[in-house]
Amino acid sequence: MFQIEDLWVSIDDKPVLKGINLHIKKGETHTLFGKNGSGKTTLLMTIMGFSRYQVRQGRITFLGYDITHMPTYERAKLGVGLAFQRPPTIRGVKTKDILRVCAGGKMPVEALAFEYGFEGFLDREINLGFSGGEIKKSELLQLVAQDPKLVLLDEPESGVDLESLQLVGQIIRRVLQKDLRRVDRQKAGLIITHTGYILNYLNADMGHVMADGQIACQGHPMDILEHVKKSGYEECVRCLCFQK
Amino acid sequence: MPVLPEIKEAAVKSKTKKAAFGSDLDLQQFRRQAQDWSYDEQYTSFEEMEKQQLLRAGIELTDTDHAGTFLQADRSIMHCKTSQPGLEILPIREALQKYNGLPDYYWRLVPVDADKYTAAAELELDNGYFIRALPGARITQPVEACLYIRTEGLAQHVHNIVVAEPGSHLHIITGCTTHPGVTSGLHLGISEFYVKKGAHLTFTMVHNWAENVHVRPRSAIIVEEGGVYLSNYIVLKPVKSVQMYPSVRLVGEGAVARLNSVVVAHPGSELDLGGKVVLEAPYSRAEVIARTVTTGGTAIARGHLIGKVPNIKAHLECRGLILAKQGIMYAVPELTGEVAGVEMSHEAAVGRIAQEEIEYLMARGLTEEEAASTIVRGFLNVEIEGLPQALKDDIERTIQETEKGL
Ligand SMILES: Nc1ncnc2c1ncn2[C@@H]1O[C@H](COP(=O)(O)OP(=O)(O)OP(=O)(O)O)[C@@H](O)[C@H]1O
Ligand SMILES: [Mg+2]
Repeated sequence: MFQIEDLWVSIDDKPVLKGINLHIKKGETHTLFGKNGSGKTTLLMTIMGFSRYQVRQGRITFLGYDITHMPTYERAKLGVGLAFQRPPTIRGVKTKDILRVCAGGKMPVEALAFEYGFEGFLDREINLGFSGGEIKKSELLQLVAQDPKLVLLDEPESGVDLESLQLVGQIIRRVLQKDLRRVDRQKAGLIITHTGYILNYLNADMGHVMADGQIACQGHPMDILEHVKKSGYEECVRCLCFQK
Repeated sequence: MPVLPEIKEAAVKSKTKKAAFGSDLDLQQFRRQAQDWSYDEQYTSFEEMEKQQLLRAGIELTDTDHAGTFLQADRSIMHCKTSQPGLEILPIREALQKYNGLPDYYWRLVPVDADKYTAAAELELDNGYFIRALPGARITQPVEACLYIRTEGLAQHVHNIVVAEPGSHLHIITGCTTHPGVTSGLHLGISEFYVKKGAHLTFTMVHNWAENVHVRPRSAIIVEEGGVYLSNYIVLKPVKSVQMYPSVRLVGEGAVARLNSVVVAHPGSELDLGGKVVLEAPYSRAEVIARTVTTGGTAIARGHLIGKVPNIKAHLECRGLILAKQGIMYAVPELTGEVAGVEMSHEAAVGRIAQEEIEYLMARGLTEEEAASTIVRGFLNVEIEGLPQALKDDIERTIQETEKGL
């Protein structure tokens, strides 16, 4: 369903991604681990097609289309959706305005907000003064409204308190159709996580470790997490190099 | 009229005094003669085209849903009526007669010798309004006041006084506009506002002038203990030049002033807009927020907060969007703290729409153009209670037109 081949990306002419390969099948959820600054966010932003991420080489395909150079909104229309790690504030534009854009008339956004206790934010300017956890919730609800087929989540649980974590887990399960059998799901997911807490609420099929702009290691997410917790990323990457 | 001789004297001395800001206008260039328009109880003397034009300045020409109405066309009062007890509305000339020259209010806040415009307004006053909410009166519906230039090339000289007596509540919507056939003119408007103890005054001013009209308002406001002054200023249509710098004094404990402006500078427009708030009493608070878009004109946003005593809080914000190659935005935020214990801040940002914001919306499925217009719409978002629907619709249309320039 989604494939990246030998992707090289620069930001302001500085190479950040250096030959990424990734393949996600329909119904699967993958996680992306890696040290701060290793290039995880860059990868997601590149998949979404933002202008400062310059693709120097390689190809991104989704649903059979080559989307490598497609404008961002066409990717969104095709079904790529991203929950940002740090979304911008837009003065004067209300959360409900954005939710309506996401829903495109397919869903009453008020009801959605009520369902997740977010109604108090509808009339607030998007992201203005939102707490860390509120930003995550807002990003996820936008994705619920958007209902993308490729779900990209950049640290959806960071800054979320333990109680809300369960709710965040529920919302992610919903966007990824986790309650359906894998063969029946129409979705694929790629989730960046440092803590792996989110994995207590949903199973992931495959984990990738990013190091210096490359995918240095692949394996079962729980195994990777355990390994990293015990011995750190350096060791994890080294071990894999060894395996290779 | 029983106006003090020293006022006249000071005015005479300042007849040629240049203003501190704004292009200097030659007052001789404008005509001072206009037909006398007769009083119009039922609003029957306006053609459809005029009605539409007035609507765009927020003027509905009806006494229903308004606590009071006032309409001055050129130099003549065409309508003046109060519909709610506790509210007094008079043409200023009548008020000066009735109250013996209004010695407590007339030229008490705006210096008559500020510049040649204040001088001219005194030496050749046409008229203006005197609006007063009596002590404790809760005037729930807005008062609609209109200053209308109906004759080509005319200089209209106006002096307004608004008094919110202790504990009263009042909302005035002033629409200033020109006849659809008028392209040039000058509006000189003196306005003095008195917000007394515990009173609440909202003053919304909509400017909808013509391409070659010059505007020189001169306003000052005083707010007593626990009083609240909220001002909204909207100018979205082309005008030759507007220069104003209202000045607010918060003299009583806990007094509050909030000044909001939403401004579009079209090609050929020169808008020099500012505002000063002096916080003279403890626990007083002020907020000045200017949102300015240029589609090719020049826009200057000045703002000055002066904290004179401890325990005051004030914030100044100038945000400017440049949506054309030639547009000029000049933001001049100033803060003066004269003692310790003041809490004052300012924020000024001028530029084009942030790419990051556009792309965020594109990631939600909007095209680049749709994203940009959503952002402009949010930027110019005007939410003021009591604005007539027709005006809101017109604001919406103007925003759409502004977006076309993107
Ligand atoms: N706009 C930018 N300008 C310059 N360098 C950038 C920019 N954005 C990212 N980088 C650099 O690219 C590298 C990868 O950043 P990225 O945000 O992808 O890291 P990350 O893996 O998501 O880290 P974190 O776990 O801290 O979120 C970092 O060295 C970062 O400083
Ligand atoms: Mg990141």
